[in-house]
Amino acid sequence: MPLNNDADATQDELVQLIAPNGERRSNAAYDRWVSDVDDAGLQALYEDMIVIRRIDAEATALQRQGELALWPPLLGQEAAQIGSGRALREDDFVFSSYRENGVAYCRGVDLTDLLRVWRGNASSGWDPYAINMAPPQVIIGAQTLHATGYAMGVLADGADSVAVTYFGDGATSQGDVNEAMVFAASYQAPVIFFCQNNQWAISEPVRLQAHVPIAHRAPGFGIPSVRVDGNDVLACLAVTREALDRARTGGGPTFIEAVTYRMGPHTTADDPTRYRDANELEDWAAKDPIARLAALLDARGLLSAEVSDAVKATADDVAARLREGCISMPEPQILDVFKHVYSEPNSWLDRQQDHYEQYLTYFDSADADSAASNLSKEANR
Amino acid sequence: MSTMTFGRAINAGLRRAMEDDPKVVLMGEDIGKLGGVFRITDGLQKDFGSHRVLDTPLAESGILGTAVGLAYRGYRPVVEIQFDGFIYPAFDQIVCQVAKLHYRTQGAVKVPLTIRVPFGGGIGSPEHHSESPEAYFTHTSGLRVVSVSNPQDAFVMIQQAIASDDPVLYFEPKRRYHVKGEVDEAVDLNATSMSDARVVTEGSDVTLVTYGPLVPTARDAAIAASDDGVSVEVIDLRSLAPIDFATVEKSVRKTGRLVITHEAAQSGGLGAEIAASITERCFYHLEHAPVRVTGFDIPYPYSKLEFHHLPDLDRILDGVDRALGRSNSLSSRSGLEG
Repeated sequence: MPLNNDADATQDELVQLIAPNGERRSNAAYDRWVSDVDDAGLQALYEDMIVIRRIDAEATALQRQGELALWPPLLGQEAAQIGSGRALREDDFVFSSYRENGVAYCRGVDLTDLLRVWRGNASSGWDPYAINMAPPQVIIGAQTLHATGYAMGVLADGADSVAVTYFGDGATSQGDVNEAMVFAASYQAPVIFFCQNNQWAISEPVRLQAHVPIAHRAPGFGIPSVRVDGNDVLACLAVTREALDRARTGGGPTFIEAVTYRMGPHTTADDPTRYRDANELEDWAAKDPIARLAALLDARGLLSAEVSDAVKATADDVAARLREGCISMPEPQILDVFKHVYSEPNSWLDRQQDHYEQYLTYFDSADADSAASNLSKEANR
Repeated sequence: MSTMTFGRAINAGLRRAMEDDPKVVLMGEDIGKLGGVFRITDGLQKDFGSHRVLDTPLAESGILGTAVGLAYRGYRPVVEIQFDGFIYPAFDQIVCQVAKLHYRTQGAVKVPLTIRVPFGGGIGSPEHHSESPEAYFTHTSGLRVVSVSNPQDAFVMIQQAIASDDPVLYFEPKRRYHVKGEVDEAVDLNATSMSDARVVTEGSDVTLVTYGPLVPTARDAAIAASDDGVSVEVIDLRSLAPIDFATVEKSVRKTGRLVITHEAAQSGGLGAEIAASITERCFYHLEHAPVRVTGFDIPYPYSKLEFHHLPDLDRILDGVDRALGRSNSLSSRSGLEG
């Protein structure tokens, strides 16, 4: 079946403030949203991206060493996550998929909490209300409705915080994402749909999901949309700030399509060489989000050896803490699996837990009996 | 104490819950101006406003998913699914999100969501309007499932469901909406629990377990059986997840015989769960294998034949005869009952 290959070809319509070669592009509409980002601000964004790339590399290594069961790398998507994540206010609420570790970093997640799920020690890593971010969502697109509902609640409360939902290009095929846009438009909910179009839904290319640029769909729902260069951290910051402002001031939802590229596998269980042309990776490597900001910083004399060393030291420190947190994570307790299934007592579950506790006690005592018996045999010899 | 229909009792319970807690919001298709296709929410939008009684777009997953988001924000949404067969598009949100969010967040996020589902057959509707999907949800940990059978329970249990910090599926037997009964609106909500089964009529020969739309039919069967010298104890489960097995067990230890009846298809249904659980608990007290009188394992049939599918008084009595080893429709068969 022929596929439309043009869905993603219209790069020229992307909002871009930093060109791939690091040149700062002026943009009448969006420069004002980042006019406060001074030299220190640019350096901070650079550090964030270096750190989350390092987190990603360290977690991937931990997976390869058998310390994590799985890891979903974000390599290549640093600008989209840091640019949008750093735009948010503390009282905004994030509903993400499973790849937004950079966003979680911006929310102030405890580093160990990033790994709990992937180590198999917990169903989620953090208390959502502690960092105002829901646990990672594995069901594709389901979280977009949660964000919209949350935003409806914000509206009902008369508050001005915003719900931001992250999802990928593949998710836009899901009913839930489309239903979320219907609800968001109907109620003018203060929600931002942040689509990281990283070109691939595991092995399915974006052209299998979309015959027009994904951002072009949202206006059909009555939702303004913007396509942004997802490898340009400044542009991602600008478009997210604009969308946040619209939501806070009663303008309703916005759809952002951040055009980016997943440079690594879908997860550590995936092998992209089976479905992806190496040339494609090369093309996108030339648009690397960190390299281009580095080029801009360098051109402005903001990337001295001192700055580079400091950033590297921070990343080293974060990576060391991540590794230490992973390896020293306490093993979960068996009976914890019965906790929090319900808020209130449930007779079925209470009975099963009771039976299992008896079972464990029975075998513990049987082991003890057997050990005692062996000891007495030893003594009698 | 006042007399009201089943539907009116739910309406009164919803009204009371909305008055008591400003975080209670109603969501669903056509529930506002129209008052719902069964008029259960009649007048509530007028009295509480469109910000608390939300007419939603026609998207069941959307309704459930946004309700989850509202729960994140501290609301207690009450969702109406227009007809039982329309719940399937929302299945993922219910079993993967609603049911698991509390567990997944180690108790940090509560989902005090009530999902009202008019269910069951007997009103001559076209396909997708008469289904009994309760077993799909009783199979899912994290959900509570209840079904009401009379106006008093309807009034009390809708409020208990809304007050529960757990998500509750509240199954309403739509063919009983117009049945009238006494409702004590001054009743203490804490005096009973929606998790407890209720003994409808006491008896000593056979325990007959049912819920929702078949409770009145089961009671009629008990009356008919007593004319025949058989004493049937009817139990209305009220809660389908968890089932109050203690009450059923106590009854079966007394009667030694168990019949379960529901409209839903037999295989993998609640009858199977009840038969197995009660057999485990009181095997040596049983005088006969548990007997199921259920809907057939077929798609819900077209309305002119639905009354063959739905257990009625005579099919239930036949089941009672089977449990008693008396002459019954299968007694001419040799070997095991099929």
